[in-house]
Amino acid sequence: MEKGRGAGYGVYVAVFAALLVLTGATVGVSYIDLGIWNVAAALLIASVKATLVALFFMHLRHEGRLVWTFALVPILFLALIIGGTLSDTLFR
Amino acid sequence: MTENTADGTMLSGGGRSRGYLEEKGFRSWALTLDHKRIGALYLYTTLFFFLLGGIFALLIRIKLMYPGQEIFSNHTYNVLFTLHGSVMIFLFIIPAIPSGLGNFFIPLLIGARDVAFPRLNLASYWIFVAGILVILGSLLRPMDTGWTFYTPYSAKTAANVTLLSFGIFLVGMSSILTGLNFIVTIHTLRAPGMTWHRLPLFIWGMYATSIIQVVATPVVGITFLLLAMERLFGVGFFDPAKGGDPLLFQHFFWFYSHPVVYVMILPAMGIISEVIPVFSRKPIFGYKAIAYSSLAIAFIGFFVWGHHMFVSGMSKTAGIIFSFLTFFVAVPTAVKVFNWIATMYKGSITFESPMLYSLTFIFLFTFGGLTGMFLGALATNIHLHDTYFIVAHFHYTMVGGTVVGFLAGLHYWFPKMTGRMLSEKMARWGWLLTFIGFNLTFLVQFYLGFKGMPRRWAEYPPQYQSLNIVSTVGSWIMAGGILVMFSNFIRGFFRGDPAPANPWKGLTLEWQTASPPPTENFEEIPVVTDWPYGYAKRKTAGPPPRFFDRGAGDG
Repeated sequence: MEKGRGAGYGVYVAVFAALLVLTGATVGVSYIDLGIWNVAAALLIASVKATLVALFFMHLRHEGRLVWTFALVPILFLALIIGGTLSDTLFR
Repeated sequence: MTENTADGTMLSGGGRSRGYLEEKGFRSWALTLDHKRIGALYLYTTLFFFLLGGIFALLIRIKLMYPGQEIFSNHTYNVLFTLHGSVMIFLFIIPAIPSGLGNFFIPLLIGARDVAFPRLNLASYWIFVAGILVILGSLLRPMDTGWTFYTPYSAKTAANVTLLSFGIFLVGMSSILTGLNFIVTIHTLRAPGMTWHRLPLFIWGMYATSIIQVVATPVVGITFLLLAMERLFGVGFFDPAKGGDPLLFQHFFWFYSHPVVYVMILPAMGIISEVIPVFSRKPIFGYKAIAYSSLAIAFIGFFVWGHHMFVSGMSKTAGIIFSFLTFFVAVPTAVKVFNWIATMYKGSITFESPMLYSLTFIFLFTFGGLTGMFLGALATNIHLHDTYFIVAHFHYTMVGGTVVGFLAGLHYWFPKMTGRMLSEKMARWGWLLTFIGFNLTFLVQFYLGFKGMPRRWAEYPPQYQSLNIVSTVGSWIMAGGILVMFSNFIRGFFRGDPAPANPWKGLTLEWQTASPPPTENFEEIPVVTDWPYGYAKRKTAGPPPRFFDRGAGDG
């Protein structure tokens, strides 16, 4: 770990706790029928968890513009695969 | 040609230093961290599978010459074309240029001593080998699904789908690690003065390729995992009876496999961009257009996967969107082709073997690209889909494009890699036979497909037989050409004339060090002061302009 980059243990424990709470939320939401929003809710919670892991455990919040670019570009491609596939499934 | 090039520059064969090849023994190769040796290992491995995949192709062609005769069973035929496709795609075309020539030449071309992560580089080679072993293990119950593994058949067949797809998962992982390594290398290890706009165009091609490898390959890995979960645990991702969607597999598969077409072609285009200015003795025309068109192809390549699925039952809306987007790929591709031609215009062109292959690339790839327009258009696609027209189209792009580009690179860089020259005469014979054989094999297939001959079938109606015989004879001529070419490689490797450091008078950095290069590549890291295409204009006398300041003692 680079000097000065590590946050205190408190931050890591707090993030870990947040991840556990969000995991519980995923399980909880699965018992409530939201219709077509079931998938959206599960994906939203999962995205928040992934963001926390990337920002804190993977130190993304300390990184410069280049690393941020490489971290964000794949999200564009994820949107693309979902959007392209929906252009098929929604209009069949 | 060789006799014109010996100008007192450093000769490194014939008892002189063998550079990075000096150290001998199994361990020195198996545990090497030298990017050149790892590149060479990839080249040996991929060339072996090129020959193996070629043997499968010859067997397929023999069967197709005599419809109705039991040369071997139809099941064996299905296995053979699956193996031909899988071996050629995953074990030859995808890794050959990026992992083989890319590993060898990226650090040399940017003036670095090695890649950014040498140990990761070695790991990626051995992961590749592990993938190959798993794939070979799956041959005990060989695949008959075609190289695309389409569900629902791949979810149900008794063949070893899970094992083969796991092998490809490993090979893909190796590809991701290599791509990652190259991106970091190009960002961080460029020689002083090597700005982005002084990068050789092969590096731009490899950079775009690496991005696709890192972004797209995980998708096929995930897809194969989903397929394995369906086969092993009965999870219904693709089975409609369980709420799944078989077309979902095709979406995922092509989201990877279409961009990967550009993993195959972009490095080849990079090689062509290096060879054309050297053998035209002219600065490359439209440097920035060629460089950025590589990125544009990589980017647009992600938007067009649905054109593989026009007749699959996909929605019409998606069909229209994907057809529309598909035509955009033609723009950056045409930008490259026109710039290569403009580079040659009024140049002092010489026709050594690398140039012959490069011109062949432009010729054949244009055929392949333009016939792709027929397939990208919705209406003609319905007629041509799943016919030999498609087989001819993708062989013109993949063999006429990628493989020919790879061969251009092998002939161009052979003196640098081995320290020895190839026989130019044999190289030309190999080229001529391959060129004639290739066109004889595949040109007639456009017509066969247009007339309705379906692809993948072991049998076909008798009216197609005469052209199939032409095609099969063509495949033998092509095999003869490749045999001559490989004999030349082997002869050149052991008994070729010693190569000077810069046999083609190139300006890129790899030519400014010894042939073969020493383990550390350069005695001193060069300082770059200009772009690498500053060839003297026509009829200018004197030595070529210097691309960089050299350390003392370098030939």
